[in-house]
Amino acid sequence: MGRTLAEKIWDAHVVRSAEGEPDLLYIDLHLLHEVTSPQAFDGLREAGRKVRRPDLTIATEDHNVPTTGIDGRGMPLTSPTPLYGPDSPFADPVSRTQVETLRKNCAEFGVRLHPMGDAGQGIVHVIGPQLGLTQPGLTIVCGDSHTSTHGALGALAFGIGTSEVEHVLATQTLPQVRPKTMAITVNGELPAGVSAKDLILAIIAKIGTGGGQGYVLEYRGSAIRALPMSGRLTVCNMSIEAGARAGLIAPDDVTFEYLKGRPHAPSGAAWEAALDYWRSLPTDADATFDHEVVIDAATLSPYVTWGTNPGQALPLASSVPDPASFADPGDRAAAERALTYMDLKPGTALRDVAVDTVFVGSCTNGRLEDLRAAASVLEGRRIASSVRMLVVPGSMAVRAQAEAEGLDAVFTAAGAEWRSAGCSMCLGMNPDKLAAGERSASTSNRNFEGRQGKGGRTHLVSPEVAAATAVTGHLAAPADL
Amino acid sequence: MEPFVTHAGRAVPLRRSNVDTDQIIPAEYLKQVSRTGFGKGLFAAWREDPSFVLNQPQYDGATILVAGMDFGTGSSREHAVWALTDYGFRAVIAPRFGDIFRGNSTKAGLLPVILPEATVAALQDAIEADPATEVVVDLDNRVVRAEAAGIKAPFEIDNYTRWRLMEGLDDIGLTLRHADEIAAFERSRPSFLPVTA
Repeated sequence: MGRTLAEKIWDAHVVRSAEGEPDLLYIDLHLLHEVTSPQAFDGLREAGRKVRRPDLTIATEDHNVPTTGIDGRGMPLTSPTPLYGPDSPFADPVSRTQVETLRKNCAEFGVRLHPMGDAGQGIVHVIGPQLGLTQPGLTIVCGDSHTSTHGALGALAFGIGTSEVEHVLATQTLPQVRPKTMAITVNGELPAGVSAKDLILAIIAKIGTGGGQGYVLEYRGSAIRALPMSGRLTVCNMSIEAGARAGLIAPDDVTFEYLKGRPHAPSGAAWEAALDYWRSLPTDADATFDHEVVIDAATLSPYVTWGTNPGQALPLASSVPDPASFADPGDRAAAERALTYMDLKPGTALRDVAVDTVFVGSCTNGRLEDLRAAASVLEGRRIASSVRMLVVPGSMAVRAQAEAEGLDAVFTAAGAEWRSAGCSMCLGMNPDKLAAGERSASTSNRNFEGRQGKGGRTHLVSPEVAAATAVTGHLAAPADL
Repeated sequence: MEPFVTHAGRAVPLRRSNVDTDQIIPAEYLKQVSRTGFGKGLFAAWREDPSFVLNQPQYDGATILVAGMDFGTGSSREHAVWALTDYGFRAVIAPRFGDIFRGNSTKAGLLPVILPEATVAALQDAIEADPATEVVVDLDNRVVRAEAAGIKAPFEIDNYTRWRLMEGLDDIGLTLRHADEIAAFERSRPSFLPVTA
């Protein structure tokens, strides 16, 4: 019988398999950042262990970093931003210590690091594909749940905890139980004005935040095939919001074109050898999935979240739901809690919800194409005076490319703030936060209570909807302008 | 890792579904570089509400959390597990867990127990009716008992994870027993695979 893409990658990485035990899986690429690695390095030190394969490991500073204060100082992006002194952008000593700890650990254990101030720095899930390190058929892990992003290139990529980070550092393997497989088939074509973000929000709304638990998702069908790499990355990024540790898209010509010529992509004869392997990966015609969900792309429209988990999403054209309309008592209670937290009344048109903050960025929507999409809406327009808008590139390379295209000028002319790369307002770990009671339209991935700052309220949206919302001051799509 | 065989203690009901790890420990508490002291961040935002269940004195000293559907979704932060154990919890019972949280728990000595929704609700009812109800989480026999409430619920956990938890074994040590197989696998890897160096 044929095998799925996920099964082929799995089988190719089993170091050891024994009855009644998890498979021992080899890990091809391990990504590190400052938040989930310090205790793992401590564990290595305590046990007198080394990093087994520093050449399969790479680190960046992203979660804690301020997104102002590293440009405009006239310093070239070639050296780590100072952590102390007048040139340090760090106001929070605890964040600074965490970043400093990563720098020390990488130096001690011989791990390549892209620190703040380096042209290669950025969000871990943006720089992996950008460098060409993320490739089809690889196993990729990181102490971050959005590692699922890398599945867009046909890699089996999933988030792990700190104990597992230590395990991979020490052994380059992980004991893992073989997951089940789920096909998410999106037939037809996305209508004009509907983005990859709307698609994944609709998928999560359909299968629920727990629907993918225990599964690897494989996104298939004509609407997926038609997505550019940036959109595929957005879709796979939010697999975890449906409960799945990993999401995958079969490699194809879009993937190969994306990779060709990138710094760590193979070249010459190695490229041909890799291509042969990559072309063998897509799911066989006679393979079966444990579960399948089918979606008609033509039925989709811009989606926004109204609640406090990413499954609580609806088309922008609809209204805040009445909790009483939920049949399941758990869903009803969750909706009641969510509306209280979000300070929303049932029946309010989502287009009437006013926001004070707009965030464009994150590992979900911080790539060049996302910034272009937002800029195309803002071109020649001004954001509402009631709105603060942050545009935060996913990496310093994205920032440089955007500036070369003049996107920064579009954003600043519209009244938005143009920042340096980092996780920024996605998660409330750095100075970019919502204050209590503030409400955002955000291109990030989580609308959990307090996610963007304690007491802050988040509506997840696409870059296009974010930009239109910034202009009108309430949730809106470009077509509303 | 501290071995887990059987644990008896009082329990606290958390009647909420979709408790994500951002609620279990908000990001601002993740900046510490040590593995200890995260208990103060446990449910930090919710604990500001005096009526939150962990602030109710009848549940002081509880060591078992009985939660709703999809506990521990979202972020991979193992700090969520460390916050629960640092606060004093040894086990969490819920109808379903986030995959990464459940994996992290078994690496850090916190037992995640999956029970049917109706059984979880019955346990919550029993604890609320009498907060002194003793709950026994018996990993050896794979059963949760609250005898005073007439509850005896078997649960499933794979043999390997059960054995590892009962012995308190370090995964890395187990894997390094197979160092030769790892080295052999490495020699077979194709040369076109990327390196970061």
